[in-house]
Amino acid sequence: MSTADEIARLVEPTGGRFGEFGGQYVAETLMPAIGELEVAWRAARSDPDFWSEVDALLEDYVGRPSRLYRAARLSAEVGAQVFLKREDLNHTGAHKINNCIGQAVLARRMGKRRLIAETGAGQHGVATATVAALFALPCEIYMGAEDVVRQSLNVERMRLLGATVHPVESGTRTLKDAMNEALRDWVTNVGDTFYLIGSVAGPHPYPWMVRDLQSVIGREAMAQIYAAVGRMPDALVACVGGGSNAAGLFAPFVDDENVKLVGVEAAGDGVETGRHAATLTAGRVGVLHGSKSYVLTHEDDERMGQIAHAHSISAGLDYPGVGPEHAAWKASGRATYLARTDDQALAALERLARTEGILCALETAHAIAALDEVAASVGKDGIIIVGLSGRGDKDMVTVAQRRSTPGQVP
Amino acid sequence: MTARLREAFERAAGEKRAALVAYLTFGDPNVQTSLDVVEAVAKAGADVIELGVPYSDPSADGPSIQRAMERALDRGASLPGALDAVAELRRRGVETPIVLFGYYNPIFVMGVERFAERAHAAGIDAVLTVDLPIDEIAELATPLAAKGVAVIPLVAPTSTPARIARLAPFNAPFVYYISLTGVTGSKAAAPVDPARIQMIRDAAQAPVAVGFGIRTPADAARFAAVADGVVVGTALVDQVAGGDASGAPARVAELVAALSRALGR
Ligand SMILES: Cc1ncc(COP(=O)(O)O)c(C=O)c1O
Repeated sequence: MSTADEIARLVEPTGGRFGEFGGQYVAETLMPAIGELEVAWRAARSDPDFWSEVDALLEDYVGRPSRLYRAARLSAEVGAQVFLKREDLNHTGAHKINNCIGQAVLARRMGKRRLIAETGAGQHGVATATVAALFALPCEIYMGAEDVVRQSLNVERMRLLGATVHPVESGTRTLKDAMNEALRDWVTNVGDTFYLIGSVAGPHPYPWMVRDLQSVIGREAMAQIYAAVGRMPDALVACVGGGSNAAGLFAPFVDDENVKLVGVEAAGDGVETGRHAATLTAGRVGVLHGSKSYVLTHEDDERMGQIAHAHSISAGLDYPGVGPEHAAWKASGRATYLARTDDQALAALERLARTEGILCALETAHAIAALDEVAASVGKDGIIIVGLSGRGDKDMVTVAQRRSTPGQVP
Repeated sequence: MTARLREAFERAAGEKRAALVAYLTFGDPNVQTSLDVVEAVAKAGADVIELGVPYSDPSADGPSIQRAMERALDRGASLPGALDAVAELRRRGVETPIVLFGYYNPIFVMGVERFAERAHAAGIDAVLTVDLPIDEIAELATPLAAKGVAVIPLVAPTSTPARIARLAPFNAPFVYYISLTGVTGSKAAAPVDPARIQMIRDAAQAPVAVGFGIRTPADAARFAAVADGVVVGTALVDQVAGGDASGAPARVAELVAALSRALGR
């Protein structure tokens, strides 16, 4: 089956929404631009020429398909058959590049001449700077000033790749503020600029488009698990920040109700402490960055409707919103969402390193940390595919500091 | 109280001048002083007051209004506080129509029905939400209309004729035309095409106020020649910030009086 045919089988939003979630809650100035983007995406996703260009780049440049690796020692420890979908082996070290390749090809088709993006951990910023270099497009990246400090290695990478990095000093100086600043840039330069959003968040059509582009994870995994064991998996597990690697892994499997879908959010210091980023677990419905979905927002009179600070050791999960399709999956019960703390994520990172010789990203470690619970629900012959969304190089300073001073988020 | 807002524009038109719409952030420099600022602005000749509800993520605003909102939030300003403040202003005898400006999440979290009830009770005439384009606005406009509170639609330089044609059913007391692509306060306003204003006026069957980048009495006079109203925001917010808190009402009132004179009031 061609990629366009596979994509055509994925759920389409109706009226820009997944159930009651999604929509286009943006400034009027941007409405024509997202309308134009929606038309362009609808045309591209059913166009075999678009996909042959994207697929060729994914293969030759990104190094796809990424491996589905049977993690024998980890399987023995958790008590289930665990397979790792190795997005960490992609060029630039995470799943983010899948989306960036697709959006860059689209930007070029649309005649846009400048790329902008927000980034948290810096992985999406690096992936965007990478495709900008590849496509010879000028590129500006907005990154919260706090993240610039804790992910300094990625800032250097973006600069080497030719991007301009703007540290954002407003608000909480993290990912949400970077997204505000990117939106301000877009509203100012909407004519020639393509805003390359890094997750399944933002106004329609972004959650749909990014999900489609990341679905290569799940489409490959489905073929690979059949080749390996001849049947569907019992559960899929992935970490959820905005939710793109999880949505990309889950989307091709949603029709098969026997496959459990488990998203893992960041519980920071613990959901009960209020210092967390567990939007689906502990948030409520609200409107942020163009879509209606779950958000972390205050409800008391003094701060009613103000967006709450998110907290996580992992900059890529440190976001008070989440993609609308996840909100719809939560509402329908199709997927379940767990949360794991900073400490649990660190322990999981160490466990994966020790058992499999793989250093994963702190974001990814949240998914690993949920494995014991998921394994208990599928049993020792149960098959679990974990989205190994990224590699841990960028986090080594954070991890080293945390190991020497436990309990402190650097 | 949509009528009061319509009358403000009709009165200005009757006097052959543009209406002055003055934007201020509620709670800046602090809650009490911001009430005095609004009162002073009403006395100094503003035809309409646009009162901004501070929000943690003002993604359509430039640095001046962002900082004003941060100051206001630090001082404990909130959506319920803004509603109480308007009620207090009405008790003080301020009759100037008030448009509540803001972002949707605080309203959504309060609940649109409850918000509509409270906005009406407080004496708010209309609501303008930057992140509710006409495609999404029904979920707020419908409950507000039931309480006699209007919504103010925005039109941008990028808005297509097809989108502008959809304004008619809103029966808006006025339409807000954004003079430039950008955030508030970012650059000097570019000249607007009178034919475009006329097209919006015809489509919406409503007066058109122009805003973004209008700072000085001279700017105001220039835009007054083509529009039914001019909106001044960042320049007033900068006056609030440009000195000690107790002097803010006088500083802002002085600029409003100068703007008002420039419009021939
Ligand atoms: C390795 C890795 N995994 C996961 C995420 C979270 O994003 P999402 O939930 O969109 O997959 C990030 C974000 O920076 C990341 O770098």
